[in-house]
Amino acid sequence: MRFKAELMNAEEMRRALHRIAHEIVEANKGVEGLALIGIHTRGIPLAERIARYLREFEGKEVPVGTLDITLYRDDLTEIGVRPKVRETRIPFDLTGKAVVLVDDVLYTGRTARAALDALMDLGRPKRIYLAVLVDRGHRELPIRADFVGKNVPTAKSEVVKVKVLEVDGEDRVELWEKEEA
Amino acid sequence: MKHLLDFQGWSRAQVESLLDTARVMREVLERPVKKVPALQGFTVATVFFEPSTRTRTSFELAARRMSADVVSFTAATSSLQKGESYKDTLLTLEAMGIDAYVIRADAAGVPHQATRWVKGAIINGGDGRRAHPTQALLDAYTLLEALGSLEGKKIAIVGDILHSRVARSNAELLSLLGAEVWCAGPPSLLPQALPGARLTPSLEEALGEADAVMVLRLQKERMETGLVYLEEYIARYQVTERRLGLAKPQAPLLHPGPMNRDVELEGTLADSERSLVNRQVQNGVAVRMAVLYHLLVGREEA
Repeated sequence: MRFKAELMNAEEMRRALHRIAHEIVEANKGVEGLALIGIHTRGIPLAERIARYLREFEGKEVPVGTLDITLYRDDLTEIGVRPKVRETRIPFDLTGKAVVLVDDVLYTGRTARAALDALMDLGRPKRIYLAVLVDRGHRELPIRADFVGKNVPTAKSEVVKVKVLEVDGEDRVELWEKEEA
Repeated sequence: MKHLLDFQGWSRAQVESLLDTARVMREVLERPVKKVPALQGFTVATVFFEPSTRTRTSFELAARRMSADVVSFTAATSSLQKGESYKDTLLTLEAMGIDAYVIRADAAGVPHQATRWVKGAIINGGDGRRAHPTQALLDAYTLLEALGSLEGKKIAIVGDILHSRVARSNAELLSLLGAEVWCAGPPSLLPQALPGARLTPSLEEALGEADAVMVLRLQKERMETGLVYLEEYIARYQVTERRLGLAKPQAPLLHPGPMNRDVELEGTLADSERSLVNRQVQNGVAVRMAVLYHLLVGREEA
């Protein structure tokens, strides 16, 4: 893969997540009954950061859970390499909650679809929102995000890499070009 | 790995990755909806040439929890035509489009042969005295839950070691995971050697300072053939509260079931806090879900 451009730096990421946190409070009219669920892998630290900002802004703790969607993927019958199944940990009752699903990139919408199905099996939330750091377009399903850090028009030959301090050692969003096969 | 026949050719990392998946499956079994769509579109056949309600039920439940379709084939075969009927049965199922076969047979080696007859994944559900890998996996999983790690842990297996595929598979697997496996039983029920295990006719030697104790079922037919006398077995090899005192305090107790209370195990111990028997049954479903996922979905990461 060939590096093309930096889409966001650490400061821009922080501002975008701050704004998303504010928008969540606004949409939900406070943080009452709110819960955040990070989708593996990079959605988890992003959800934790949003929870931290919500605590700073509103002075209230919002519960955070983690969700692995592997067992809900729609391509397991034809997949090349077996994906590792990771832990789903939601240490609170989802029923009646307003849940914000958090992921790094929204692309085809298939991960979000899988996450919605998984959540339905885990409880009955009152409302589900979707928050993503980057929306890169090319949806294959009728899915949209409620909160977006940055909209980036991309080509299908490109790859958006979100790096987060907790996983990758730095905060940065990059655009890469797939090499010709 | 395409098949699960025994643990030959399995690395420690592969086994640990499978047990990691089983941990997630265990959590799935505690959800309000105890089912995931992962194996939608796959068909699993349980093919039991030797009856076993428990193992078959556990596999079928595992497959259903993963949303696979399940067909079940149980057959008693005459000893003369066995070779032929195993193959014919599997070819018939093959024509129906099966993705994975769970095979239980009284003759050792049938699951191995099956890998040449059909295209699907073969899971050994127990063959003769040879191997019962999913039992060993659920035992390993249960031991890991109780002990944290198996590295350097002393595990005692007590009973009819000679005829036990459970002992054989556990010796193979638990030693691969770093445990020190000791097998004890009457000299007439001990093999010459057992890969992965130390053998001893002394129950005391096996139990001494053991971190966990696994008790095997004493099959009635062993007594009929005069290999062992019941009173003598009970007197010398029954795992009792008093004898368990030789093991480490709180060392957990496992049994693959079905249990002969007051034969291989003092009846009250089976219901004691030390007994992980129910946990073994629950973990069996999770481990089998993980096996199906690992054999059916994609290929291993390079």
